[in-house]
Amino acid sequence: MTTPTQPLPRRITPANVLVTPLVLLAALGALFWYLSGLELDDIERRSINADTILTHLWEHVELVAVSSVLVIVIAVPLGVLLTRPALRLVTPPLLGLANIGQAIPSIGILVLLAVTVGIGFDKAVLALVALAMLPVLRNTMIGVSTVDKSLIDAARGMGLTRTTVLLRVELPLAVPVILAGVRIALILNVSSATLATYTNAGGLGTLIATGVTLNRLPVLITGSVLTAVLALTVDWLAGLAEAALRPRGI
Amino acid sequence: MTEPMIRLDHVSKRYPGARTFAVEDLSLDIEAGETVIFVGPSGCGKTTTMRLVNRLIEPTDGKIFVNGEDVGTVDADELRRHIGYVIQQIGLFPHLSVAANIGVVPRALGWPKQRIAERVEELLTLVGLDPDTFRRRYPKQLSGGQQQRVGVARALAADPPVLLMDEPFGAIDPITRDRLHDEFVALQANIRKTVVIVTHDITEAVKLGDRIAIFAEGGRLAQFDTPARILAEPADEFVASFVGSGAAVRGLSLRLVGELPLAPDSGAPGRASVRVDQSLLDALDTMLHAHTEVAVVRDGDRVVGELDWATVLRTPPGGQS
Repeated sequence: MTTPTQPLPRRITPANVLVTPLVLLAALGALFWYLSGLELDDIERRSINADTILTHLWEHVELVAVSSVLVIVIAVPLGVLLTRPALRLVTPPLLGLANIGQAIPSIGILVLLAVTVGIGFDKAVLALVALAMLPVLRNTMIGVSTVDKSLIDAARGMGLTRTTVLLRVELPLAVPVILAGVRIALILNVSSATLATYTNAGGLGTLIATGVTLNRLPVLITGSVLTAVLALTVDWLAGLAEAALRPRGI
Repeated sequence: MTEPMIRLDHVSKRYPGARTFAVEDLSLDIEAGETVIFVGPSGCGKTTTMRLVNRLIEPTDGKIFVNGEDVGTVDADELRRHIGYVIQQIGLFPHLSVAANIGVVPRALGWPKQRIAERVEELLTLVGLDPDTFRRRYPKQLSGGQQQRVGVARALAADPPVLLMDEPFGAIDPITRDRLHDEFVALQANIRKTVVIVTHDITEAVKLGDRIAIFAEGGRLAQFDTPARILAEPADEFVASFVGSGAAVRGLSLRLVGELPLAPDSGAPGRASVRVDQSLLDALDTMLHAHTEVAVVRDGDRVVGELDWATVLRTPPGGQS
């Protein structure tokens, strides 16, 4: 009897855990070295100081965190619901709509919302949720509906209820696809949140906007580098979460 | 006569929108402890009939009884937990270990952990897999044959009296399939479940079945009898053509060397060697390979006589007829 003893691949290796943070630290180091070599003028000093930077960073993280949590809480259950047999018929048109929706530019939604419902943190979060919802909704629907039908047949044939099949078979097997959607949503949120400054919701976008409007390159660079580092950090964390949460055996 | 384990009583099934019946006015009794094979061409309703038994499909008309109970009156999920189910794709859950896969139904039935663990151990041993090696593996770490055995173990988990198997050996390579057939026959001799197997392979049906139900187009039951009688006396043209031209040869696989009158041992050199517990088909195969008309017959180490080609030719096809 041949017994293939192929081990399950290790997903978390020292290399993929450590490389990204080292690169990001290097980027921050380079930014610090660049800024400390400059004579900053008054306007620049008003933006480039620990207090201001940390405030904007925190605003940014808050925007991303709140909107991402809301997206997951809304889009995952909704996506699951839309794959239930009763609603199967509406799945294809909704997926099409979700795909089109992803092509809408973020700034468009932000400005539209700002004009129609007003400005501030809540409104910015609303816009971010609307934007980032689609990839999660789409991936949840795809992830659940592409689970091998023979597995569901086997599960039902063994006497598992529909709910048990969903919780113990369909959802666990859809986890990698759903998480991939969440990861996209997170990155999308980090980048879209830079636009929140235009609806008076703060964030790192404020530094970038200031840098552009007042023609101050160091401020612009600081805002951009910090946004990029934040995006990559979030992506790195999401990658680790993906590796940890993906069920063993698949 | 005791009550049949499975009884189909004038059962029909027509799928919504279909003009013809998938299964039409089918009545069939399956006794406890027997292995019945549903065989027939594609679209003959054999899979539909099987799935009617555990209510994965609901009948349009008629009643189905399992163990004397009308399945239409019990909760479908509860019913299925007491009917083992094996499918062609095997359908092991890839995210669950072998032990967790086997434990799915016991867990659904609310067994305590310790009892599930013991049952897993027992079942893995039963299907010939070492529990310590395999318990913690995941399906993708198993070969096709091993997956199939785990699938059977999973179906047996709650010790159901009835086992439904939908082309259980369909996705397995021919060599492994042959061995799994032998293992299945041995296993079934040991556990004596009421087993229904769906297949389109008449050779498999002859090898595994106590009785064979041959389905024709439109869910008509063309013949329901022992393999020997189906091979020897096909009920109609359809059965004859389905059983095929090799029927007489296949019949040889049902008879053992030991059942035939043996000549005394002549001691001649160059003869082939066969065992009493081999089928005539295997014995002939051995003789063909050895290019000899005579084979010495052994029971263990003891020589019990001699079998010659002419004796085999005079044997009526099929079993003890």
